[in-house]
Amino acid sequence: MSEIEDLEIQLLLEALYQRYHYDFRHYARASIKRRLTQARSQLGFPSISAMQDRVLHDPAMLPRLLGFLTVQVSEMFRDPSYFRALREKVVPHLRTYPSLKVWIAGCSTGEEVYSLAILFREEGLYDRTIFYATDINPEALAAAEAGVYALDRIRKFTENHQKSGGRSSLSDYYTAAYGRAVFDKSLRNRVVFSDHSLVTDAVFAEMHLISCRNVMIYFDRPLQDRAIGLFRESLTRKGFLGLGSKESLRFSAHAAAFSEFAAEEKIYQRREP
Amino acid sequence: MSGARLIVIGASAGAVQALLALLPSLPASFPLPMLVVVHVPSDRDNVLVPLLQAKCRLLVKEAEDKEPILGGVIYFAPSDYHLLVEAEGTLALSTDEQVNYSRPSIDVLFESAADAYGAGVVGVVMTGANHDGAAGLKAVLDAGGVAIIQDRTEAYATAMPDAALEACPTAFTMTLDSIASYLSSLGAA
Repeated sequence: MSEIEDLEIQLLLEALYQRYHYDFRHYARASIKRRLTQARSQLGFPSISAMQDRVLHDPAMLPRLLGFLTVQVSEMFRDPSYFRALREKVVPHLRTYPSLKVWIAGCSTGEEVYSLAILFREEGLYDRTIFYATDINPEALAAAEAGVYALDRIRKFTENHQKSGGRSSLSDYYTAAYGRAVFDKSLRNRVVFSDHSLVTDAVFAEMHLISCRNVMIYFDRPLQDRAIGLFRESLTRKGFLGLGSKESLRFSAHAAAFSEFAAEEKIYQRREP
Repeated sequence: MSGARLIVIGASAGAVQALLALLPSLPASFPLPMLVVVHVPSDRDNVLVPLLQAKCRLLVKEAEDKEPILGGVIYFAPSDYHLLVEAEGTLALSTDEQVNYSRPSIDVLFESAADAYGAGVVGVVMTGANHDGAAGLKAVLDAGGVAIIQDRTEAYATAMPDAALEACPTAFTMTLDSIASYLSSLGAA
């Protein structure tokens, strides 16, 4: 039973790649299997193969399936100590550059984009920075660009912002209406939202800081190596790479190209070549 | 001879006392890997790991993403991450939605373990005030593994053992002492 389902999953992932060029074939299998079985039961299909049949013939089905495959749960200033370390340890280095590029890879619905934009504004760096916010899910990108979040999440966001060493009040940056918080347009006038896949796409600019947190836990080892290789090529000399609090470069083929900059907070720095 | 290859444990309210009664009793030579999910508040570090390491003869650590699963090691799910088992014998983390209002979730660990290790899994559901673990323990049974539930009469909170027993009527019900000697015997086989 389980073996058949494994085969069906493999075939579905191959079909998604061949038909739509979405490549989930090297995603960590256990969690993608869980998401696909959830999608199967919530969308009401008797089997994974039945779901594959529909998505192959009906492009309207694709966004619904992508919703299950790419959903990542985030919050603003998630892990406040990470943002505190950026503020206290990384920002002093970034200040020495006349212009800056920051890449939020796998930005999902944008919580981290706004967190970094606010942090950079508070540190006086926003106006000389271009932020690239990328993801493979067009619906997530659209949500990120809209910058609208449910009001009941704001309390947690505010608490995190304060713990991260926030120098202002989070309420300075959004307008509350009809149960939603709309973040200020001025926070994204220097943000480029763009479709980019860590699986299939190439380097596109030279970055001073890349933040890619809790994205690569969904990849298998070879795919993690590909993504970290992209980051390595993208980073300027002594550029910074921030990972999720339970991720590390320890098992990566590129480990030697980076030094630990703030080990506890999983912030790495590219070594001199 | 036992075919057990992996032990998974889930506990919630009352977990600290239960784990302190169980894990330190395991011998230093215990050969199987053990994966543990305990519900802890999401923004706090898992204080259980250093506490148990001080009392256990086995290595106790927080699970890391893509880490190989080794015998004689007790891995705890990090707070605010699901812990999953991959078929090639490695650990994986996820920040997916909460399951049963919990992240980490016992069901997520048990279901992925049953999927990856099949009949080689021994699942243990202990004290707790919610229903997490019931579906996961059933997945362990369905895959041919062994299902154990802490005896409700000594559980700090009975909702979790009760829900597990309802989902898995054929599971063994054991006191912590019996669970400890059963697990130790797996190592001796």
